[in-house]
Amino acid sequence: MAKSSSKKSEKPAEDLSYEEAMVELEGIVDSLEGEQSPLEDAMKLFERGQALVTRCSDLLEAAQLKVQKLAGETLIPFEDESE
Amino acid sequence: MQPNLFSSAHLTVSQLTFRIRKLLEGDLELQDVWVEGEISNLSRPASGHIYFTLKDKNASLRCVMWKTDAARLRLALQEGAAIEAHGRIAVYEPQGQYQLIVNLIQARGEGELYQEFLRLKAMLEAEGLFDIDRKRPTPELPRLIGIVTSQTGAALRDMLNTLRRRLPVAKVILAASPVQGVEAPPALVNALRSINNQNPDVILLARGGGSIEDLWAFNDERVVRAVVDSKAPVICGVGHETDFTLCDFAADLRAPTPTAAAELATPITILDLGAELLTVRARLTDLVLNLLAEQKAVILSLAARLKYVSPERSIQTATQHLDELARRAFSALGHRIQLQAAHVDGISKRLGSLNPQGVLSRGYAIITRKDDGLVVSKVAQARGEMQVRVSDGEFEVKK
Repeated sequence: MAKSSSKKSEKPAEDLSYEEAMVELEGIVDSLEGEQSPLEDAMKLFERGQALVTRCSDLLEAAQLKVQKLAGETLIPFEDESE
Repeated sequence: MQPNLFSSAHLTVSQLTFRIRKLLEGDLELQDVWVEGEISNLSRPASGHIYFTLKDKNASLRCVMWKTDAARLRLALQEGAAIEAHGRIAVYEPQGQYQLIVNLIQARGEGELYQEFLRLKAMLEAEGLFDIDRKRPTPELPRLIGIVTSQTGAALRDMLNTLRRRLPVAKVILAASPVQGVEAPPALVNALRSINNQNPDVILLARGGGSIEDLWAFNDERVVRAVVDSKAPVICGVGHETDFTLCDFAADLRAPTPTAAAELATPITILDLGAELLTVRARLTDLVLNLLAEQKAVILSLAARLKYVSPERSIQTATQHLDELARRAFSALGHRIQLQAAHVDGISKRLGSLNPQGVLSRGYAIITRKDDGLVVSKVAQARGEMQVRVSDGEFEVKK
């Protein structure tokens, strides 16, 4: 999985979901831990990793449970009166 | 009918009452009977015995439950509660009353429902629907959580609050369904099917506490089979801790309450995620710092090697050699110069003794003829004006 981050076209970190960012972040750490990549690549990975960390922590701080309701087979917003 | 006033068969009250008693208490069916009705005239005196009347529309029956049986009673008796009482009919002779001596009480319908519950449980169990190896693990970090419950119940509010507190990064889809009454089982089946189409990571099937009848939809065979057929693992949280429904047995995970179901669905909380993120960040930084340190070490080692093989070193050697030569040359030269200097010194001393100035200071004079500058060293040479030079100056003389 080490190669994952550098191969695919990178989405800006701000567009990633928490899980996507976390998966990529773990890939980057694995990659840095594993094979010796050229320093320049390693620094790029590191910068990307930092952006992903920021993305994840932003998401955690701003997280608000999103609740939807099934009406038949379609999803509609759910007004939760307990909120 | 006209009574026969002269009949010989006169009975005392006691005899008659005893006969009635024999009749009633000798009837085996009346000695082991379930009676259903509503409680009224409930009385619990200090003796610990319980007295009440069971009523229905047209009749009433006096009941007593002795202290020892009353102590084992699990149901809270209330005025007007519909119950089923088990016991034996007895006659209380002093009052000429028959009554039910009660040893067991359960809520009405409970017995039948329980029998039905046991029958269905045995059947589904035999089919293997409750087997342990059918149970699927529930995800540690669900992204999409499906909830099947009543839209208006406290159960939904409890679950949403729990999820909001523990894992607000998750998304929730609610498939609302009635959870009691005859319409509940097909609606629950439908909700389970629809929510599976949304591919949730886990489904919470829940309902708040209630009587056994209230929870009955979760013992419905159709609902149990829908739980078994669910693509996503199901966590079932119905009623309270002590309530077990067939859905609990069929579910991948049983939770004692709806809140507990929401907790079991989120073993990893947002706090854990935050801690994990800090760890990953520290690891990332460490890795890069190590990498840089390694690179620096490599560079330093290369620099050392480069220095060793570089011309600088041979230049140094050559320079040193040159310096050595220069030093030797200088030292050799110096020796000769010293010799020369001594020589020059000797000559200079000899030269000094020849200096006419030295002679003059001893009182001699040098006399030169003014016209041609000849030094007069013989009397014959003296003529005309002459210059006399002594040690500190000159003066003229004439002949």
